[in-house]
Amino acid sequence: MKFKQASWANDAHLEPLVFELSRANRTGYTLPQKTPSGANIPENLVRKKLELPELSEPEIVRHYTRLSQMNYGVDSGFYPLGSCTMKYNPKICEELAALETASRIHPYQDEGTIQGALELMYKLERHLAEIAGVARVCLHPSAGAHGEFLGMLLARAYHKSKGKERKEVIVPDSAHGTNFASAAMAGFDVVVVPSNSKGRVDIGALRKAVSKKTAALMLTNPNTLGLFEDEILKIAEAVHKVGGLLYYDGANLNGILGKTRPGDMGFDIVHFNLHKTFSTPHGGGGPGAGPIGVSRKLEKFLPVPVIEYNRKRRRYYLDYRRPHSIGKVKAFYGNFGVLVKAYAYILLMGASGLQEATEAAVLNSNYIMHKLRGVSGYELKFDASGPCKHEIVFSAEPLKRETGVTARDVAKRLLDYGMHAPTYYFPPIVPEALMIEPTETEPKEELDRFVETLKAIADEARSDPEKLRSAPTQTAVGRLDEVKASREPILSWRMYRKLAKQ
Amino acid sequence: MGHPYIPNTHEIREQMLDEMGVASIDELFADIPEKIRLKRELKLPKQMSELEVKRHVRAMLAKNEPFTKMLSFLGGGVWPHHIPSHVQSLVQRSEFLTSYTPYQAEVSQGMLQALFEYQSVVCELTGMDVANASMYDWATAIGEAALMCARVTGRKKVLVPELISPERFAVLQNYAAGPGLELVKLGYDWSTGQLDMSQLRAGLGQDVACVYVENPSYFGFLETQIEEIANATHNAGALLVVGVNPISLGLLKAPGDYGADIVVGEGQPLGNPASFGGPTLGIFACRDDQKLVRQIPGRLIGMTTTLDGKMRGFTMVLQTREQHIRRERATSNICSNEALCAVAAAIYAVSLGPRGLRELAEICAANASYAMKKLDAIDGLEAPIFTSPHFNEFTLRCTHPKFTVENLNTKLLKQGIQGGKPISKEFPEFGETAILCTTELHTKENIDRLVDAVAEAMGARR
Repeated sequence: MKFKQASWANDAHLEPLVFELSRANRTGYTLPQKTPSGANIPENLVRKKLELPELSEPEIVRHYTRLSQMNYGVDSGFYPLGSCTMKYNPKICEELAALETASRIHPYQDEGTIQGALELMYKLERHLAEIAGVARVCLHPSAGAHGEFLGMLLARAYHKSKGKERKEVIVPDSAHGTNFASAAMAGFDVVVVPSNSKGRVDIGALRKAVSKKTAALMLTNPNTLGLFEDEILKIAEAVHKVGGLLYYDGANLNGILGKTRPGDMGFDIVHFNLHKTFSTPHGGGGPGAGPIGVSRKLEKFLPVPVIEYNRKRRRYYLDYRRPHSIGKVKAFYGNFGVLVKAYAYILLMGASGLQEATEAAVLNSNYIMHKLRGVSGYELKFDASGPCKHEIVFSAEPLKRETGVTARDVAKRLLDYGMHAPTYYFPPIVPEALMIEPTETEPKEELDRFVETLKAIADEARSDPEKLRSAPTQTAVGRLDEVKASREPILSWRMYRKLAKQ
Repeated sequence: MGHPYIPNTHEIREQMLDEMGVASIDELFADIPEKIRLKRELKLPKQMSELEVKRHVRAMLAKNEPFTKMLSFLGGGVWPHHIPSHVQSLVQRSEFLTSYTPYQAEVSQGMLQALFEYQSVVCELTGMDVANASMYDWATAIGEAALMCARVTGRKKVLVPELISPERFAVLQNYAAGPGLELVKLGYDWSTGQLDMSQLRAGLGQDVACVYVENPSYFGFLETQIEEIANATHNAGALLVVGVNPISLGLLKAPGDYGADIVVGEGQPLGNPASFGGPTLGIFACRDDQKLVRQIPGRLIGMTTTLDGKMRGFTMVLQTREQHIRRERATSNICSNEALCAVAAAIYAVSLGPRGLRELAEICAANASYAMKKLDAIDGLEAPIFTSPHFNEFTLRCTHPKFTVENLNTKLLKQGIQGGKPISKEFPEFGETAILCTTELHTKENIDRLVDAVAEAMGARR
């Protein structure tokens, strides 16, 4: 299969900036009549000019349609971006979230007029709690990292309630960058524990790292190598023994749905990425949703309001009377539009469908592991005796040694074949890492094509390494000067014009 | 039966297992210790067909009363507006919708350019040179701004107005807790609501990282002494952070023109539905100053060229500030943001353009002005409680001894009208008061209907 991305361009640039398309007095809007009374704003508070572009509606539609054609999504093709779970996003979920009864309701409406919204959130909470094996779920956080931040605040509140301030959060060296940053943002010192030769947490090192200062251990399971932390019970014991809490980074939950649950592994706090495991679209970076689940002992610290149901009155309500609550991490109650999609997704899958999704996702990544491990140029760096879970991390180090071509070059070349790149150079414990997550929504033929393509790229690296270094060529633009972009940042049309004047 | 989102049939799965020399799927989960394996099915609803899900969710959501069906005067941080059809249709383009963060710039120029245009729109509105590609919402943007100011100045005190939205203040408290920032509230003039300048001056010691002001305020009025606030703040070596409703900037002076160093706000009214309060869109912009830009949280999209220097292109920049590289020393932990909401905001803003946005802001403000005049004329009511100029939100106080705003709202609801947000619990000092909002969604007749219903409910003379 050949691929050539749309490239609306002249010699100097792609589709112009919307500001460059502006022509005086063009109109892209209509507005209702003003009421007779004036706005009553004193002249000295009124602005003199506003330099927004002026375009008609068809021009705007064409402009953004062209931009969309120069963007690659899951609907375009294979997107094996490890840790990001780029699975297919059902269209019905979009339709439901767009209903006026979902999108045109206000968070401060009278409780009697938002019973459907509260019911949906209440039920979604319970479904997520069952999936993760936790006591209670809070839907407020807007993203995984936001959930981590809330989780850390809960850990702090918990220890404070025990009369002990604990300053340290332990994070494995293979963890997502957000874990370190979230712990630090909540005021903790980060202690890093190394991985062992099997790619799991080094339990000996962990036992040395834990102490009365340990507030929590943050852990992804399956971890970022796609491997299950099979000593999880020992890990949990080591952390709990010193009074610490276990935090579950839910980025990789797609690897275990219906097979095991974070709560059963001993985790006290769990976050979910609804935009990964529960198939709400990533939208080019967001919006997502990162609910938090907690065990019974942490429930009272959850943010307000909590949604409750009054059986007698048969009514859902927002409960603010929570004296131990940590307060809020977001205005209102969460990214409701995203929650509607996740709720619909859970119903579309059902218990058996979710488990089947995990089985198919894990099968797909094991299949890639099996097919790719014989291909010269790529190797597995850690224990490969057992299965992987939903993703697998290969190293392109042999290829680099042999040809000088890097994991980045391989990834960029993949784009030319119409496939999105895997995550590369992550986790940092694997040199020349290619982190591959196929998800359950890819057919075998696509997996075969992916492996064949990686094979072909390894051959190209040997016969024509320059081709890889100058890849991609079939995309809207070639490789960009990222060094210059960060050294002399141009971050807006305003900055661009100021620089042009100099 | 297969599942519609899982292409590999059971036969193909068997075939794959065969090829791998694996006896069964269960073998692939053998690494999960026996003790923690889930030995039953999850207690969830049974799988439903698309039709059943559609019926089920529609029926559940039908218990909501959307503000498109009733007449609502709620604002307070989420503002209902008309969204032109093409905005929604463009952001639903699946190439945008189903893409990840644009790490692979070569296949993601569309999203990168759209986000660069969003940043540019925010800069024009706010009078700043730099804007990031979004935060979660206004409240978290304030939190991030406070943290950023503390890093930039090396100071730990943050001054905020007493009349800040309680939702936003609660979030700020949690963001401030990590590094132990001290939040100090500044009083206001009892008749105008304006920030108390003497308290501000007294509070502005050498330990103050920033002063945060909302303009328009949570109560809807405008800070008329904002330039003095900026001067006092800067004289003390602190930074000025201004929170905005971006629609107001179609009409009002840009914060950059009166001395703001950082501008935050809620971008939802720019082309995004109210959606029960989320997804929202945190605006975050700052001056082009190395000291600030190096400390800004979140993703930044920058303009560059291809390596051969021939073609213009866009890419994520200054990533060394971010968590995936800097880890615990990152400027923020944010990763997923509200990118698609930002694209909607850009498309909305360029659709209205300078004249449309101005006209829109004037309509919103004129409606509020009309509503205030009419409501204030009713016996037992006062609107607004402060004498300052207002944008599109205002306070309504019930001075009638027999009425609470809750009473009033209950009566209005029976007439299909959702009244303002009661703030009697949040700010008991103002008695029975609610905050109301008008936008272009309200016609003169709608406002008259509110006024009549209120008068009738109170049995009042006009």
